[in-house]
Amino acid sequence: MTTAELTPNSFRNQPDDRGHFGQFGGRYVAETLMPLVLDLEREYRAAKQDPAFAAQFDDLLEHYVGRPSPLYYAERLTEEVRKNAPAGKGAQIWFKRDELNHTGAHKINNCIGQILLAIRMGKTRIIAETGAGQHGVATATVCARFGLPCFIYMGAKDIERQQPNVFRMRLLGAEVIPVTSGAGTLKDAMNEGLRDWVANVHDTFYIIGTAAGPHPYPELVRDFQSVIGKEARAQMLSRINRLPDLLVAAIGGGSNAIGLFHPFLDDKDVQMLGIEAAGHGLEKEHAASLAGGRPGILHGNKTYLLQDDDGQIAEAHSISAGLDYPGIGPEHSWLKEIGRVRYDSVTDTEALAAFQLLCRTEGIIPALEPAHAIAAVEREAKKMDRDQIILANLCGRGDKDIFTVAEALGTSI
Amino acid sequence: MTRLSTAFAKAHPALVAFITAGDGDTAANLDALVAGGADVIELGMPFTDPMADGPAIQEANIRSLNAGTTTADIFALASAFRKRHPDTPLVLMGYANPMTIRGGDWFASECNKAGVDGVICVDIPPEEDPELGPALRSAGIDLIRLATPTTDTARLPAVLNGASGFLYYVSVAGITGLQVAAQTSIDEAVARLKAHTDLPIAVGFGVRTPEQAANIARVADGVVVGSAIVELVATHGVNAAGPVRDYVASLKHAIVTARKASA
Repeated sequence: MTTAELTPNSFRNQPDDRGHFGQFGGRYVAETLMPLVLDLEREYRAAKQDPAFAAQFDDLLEHYVGRPSPLYYAERLTEEVRKNAPAGKGAQIWFKRDELNHTGAHKINNCIGQILLAIRMGKTRIIAETGAGQHGVATATVCARFGLPCFIYMGAKDIERQQPNVFRMRLLGAEVIPVTSGAGTLKDAMNEGLRDWVANVHDTFYIIGTAAGPHPYPELVRDFQSVIGKEARAQMLSRINRLPDLLVAAIGGGSNAIGLFHPFLDDKDVQMLGIEAAGHGLEKEHAASLAGGRPGILHGNKTYLLQDDDGQIAEAHSISAGLDYPGIGPEHSWLKEIGRVRYDSVTDTEALAAFQLLCRTEGIIPALEPAHAIAAVEREAKKMDRDQIILANLCGRGDKDIFTVAEALGTSI
Repeated sequence: MTRLSTAFAKAHPALVAFITAGDGDTAANLDALVAGGADVIELGMPFTDPMADGPAIQEANIRSLNAGTTTADIFALASAFRKRHPDTPLVLMGYANPMTIRGGDWFASECNKAGVDGVICVDIPPEEDPELGPALRSAGIDLIRLATPTTDTARLPAVLNGASGFLYYVSVAGITGLQVAAQTSIDEAVARLKAHTDLPIAVGFGVRTPEQAANIARVADGVVVGSAIVELVATHGVNAAGPVRDYVASLKHAIVTARKASA
């Protein structure tokens, strides 16, 4: 959390003191929540200055989560991609292995940070929303670790398609509350989380799972997830004494991507690519808010949203429950508008192919979320020279997805 | 005098009645609210993600959107209401995204054309006022702010800065239509708010019985009732006007007689 090297022109000094990233972000919440959001901001500023907070965070990440996660050169995948690339093309593919974290995804980094904040603020009850269940599992995990009661809102449709994670949350002592309003997915779970929070403001801390929501959530989730990029940057320099040419990460809300990108934003020679879920295709049902949406206000922040002309929010679709959300973190909306990060999308079908490719070439079963990033890596690597380097965030493992993948491939297990 | 200030200058506290636009026969229900004695009408703009609302108004939003209600339909309902009822103040209540999607100026201008008197936006706190506040104020539309049990004295000036029409006191920390606030907490809150503003104070959230309405009317300038009316629309569908009028009349009677009874 160093700020000393930031210059006025830095890409890393957002948001402003009102929580805005350019025109995005902000605090669009009901008055009941506003004093809490201001409290949280004050407490987060204090925690950021407190060496004891940083020390406890770092200690838990090392000894409980298992950080630093490895930086891995995917040699066989690189060779496989080169077979179909033009002569001399085929960049080296490296992975940041955040799927090896405790609980199997990057989500735990943020949950450790937020539960320490909750305890600091004297809150005694934890709520969270979850889509794929990874954030729910990570939240239930830290609640068990610190002995706090945990209530997870999860769309009824997601509960159906993510049964293993529902069982994990229950094993960890959390109460999983089905949400039947709307389409019964992540957006509806977030509405219900906000309704719970507004009714239990005195004792409840809401652990938001992605770099979105009212300020200061986008900032603090980014800061907690930035451990990914900070480690990766140092590991690159120590392993091969250079920075990557291109960073790639999948984006639902965008916390793993902002965590990887943010520490590199002022490295002008490092390009960045965020991958949204194109679902059945951008002209059909998808979850690509930047590609197919426009700016609007939802869940406490202004950002790109899938919506109609009247501002009614559309249902998103992705094979990956973790990407199935009609919005995106506000910092990504800003990075798109200023052109610092490029954004593209990958369909369900492309992600499924990349999922299988990684299984076969590297012996790694990825989650469907980073499978989207891997599909884009394959596409980009073929256009790049062999001495160039792509670093992608392998933000989750695929154990949770094997049922979905089996069904998509027409296999019953 | 605006229509809103006139409504709050009557000899009795104002009954503020809410229905969701596009749910059931909205024009007939609006007429029923007026016939039952509502002094101020709140017309809810349906939204796909009504985060501050309990089940009753959530479901009303879904019914309305499923019936195909658009923003243009809502302004058409408002314009037609204004022609039928030139003197009854009409306030639009809803969420930020449908209000700002075409820009604050567009929304303020449409409100003006439709004869809308005020706007309540649930998720634009004073901190984000530039989104809608300046446009409404320059169009002469009242921006009605919300104060809640978590709005402490230190924060109150920020809430009041730029507020007009009336101040809506959300009597419970929670969502619409579920919990009921203790009357003593309402008495204290209204006294505290009145020490800081000359705006009329209307109290809502969880108000459903004539008795509750009367208790609030003894201390506040207005009583807001929403979910209970919306539930009548849910029960009676397109035939809700009669039951809505009778229910509103029972609330109105309680409000009008409340201060006389205690005096």
